[in-house]
Amino acid sequence: MRINKSSVLVDDQAKALYFYTETLGFQKKHDIPLGKHRWLTVVSPEDPDGTELVLEPDEHPAAKPFKSALVEDGIPFTSFAVRDVAAEYERLESLGVSFTQPPVDYGTVITAVFDDTCGNLVQIAQEVSQS
Amino acid sequence: MDDLYRAIADPTRRAILDELVERDGQSLFELCGRLTMKHGIGSSRQAISQHLAVLHSAGLVIIKREGRYRFHSFNGEPLKAITERWPANGHRRQRLDEN
Repeated sequence: MRINKSSVLVDDQAKALYFYTETLGFQKKHDIPLGKHRWLTVVSPEDPDGTELVLEPDEHPAAKPFKSALVEDGIPFTSFAVRDVAAEYERLESLGVSFTQPPVDYGTVITAVFDDTCGNLVQIAQEVSQS
Repeated sequence: MDDLYRAIADPTRRAILDELVERDGQSLFELCGRLTMKHGIGSSRQAISQHLAVLHSAGLVIIKREGRYRFHSFNGEPLKAITERWPANGHRRQRLDEN
């Protein structure tokens, strides 16, 4: 068994595609019309055959209250690996992304948390090698 | 006043204040991360939330809503009452009319 897909629940697939590709820098992998919605996935250009992120509609009535409760407490829905959290923080801030947590250094890991504009918070994390 | 002494009597609540002094405007998530990673405090978010409520009612923590987010900050103002009652130099300043 292996993990080949992971989902985020988004309030608008078109807006999500824009944010996850144009702002974050992922690439569109699948875009298949499926009635009212699309089967829409993105991948990292650093790993185009790797895990796909499914941009899934948050249509279920339980999804929105769940998402807003997480956002209120600053809890990220998912996390992405980056090489340099400080550099990503600066890059994304200059693109107008709003952060609920600027980079915090915990010794073994540095993390920051931003708003994905689609109703989620997302963490970026950099593992710090112990030397 | 009892609220204030009760609030700072607990070591977890003092650690919360230490972290908020370091950076104003933290989410519950950030604060819990700092307590776990830097202080080895593995309390649940629910427990930390209750500690924050105690600190808030003592006036030591300010809770600010910004859109859909909720942030916590330190407010040292209530602590003045302690040094007013027991001055740091050991003596209450004499009033001029007592000289």
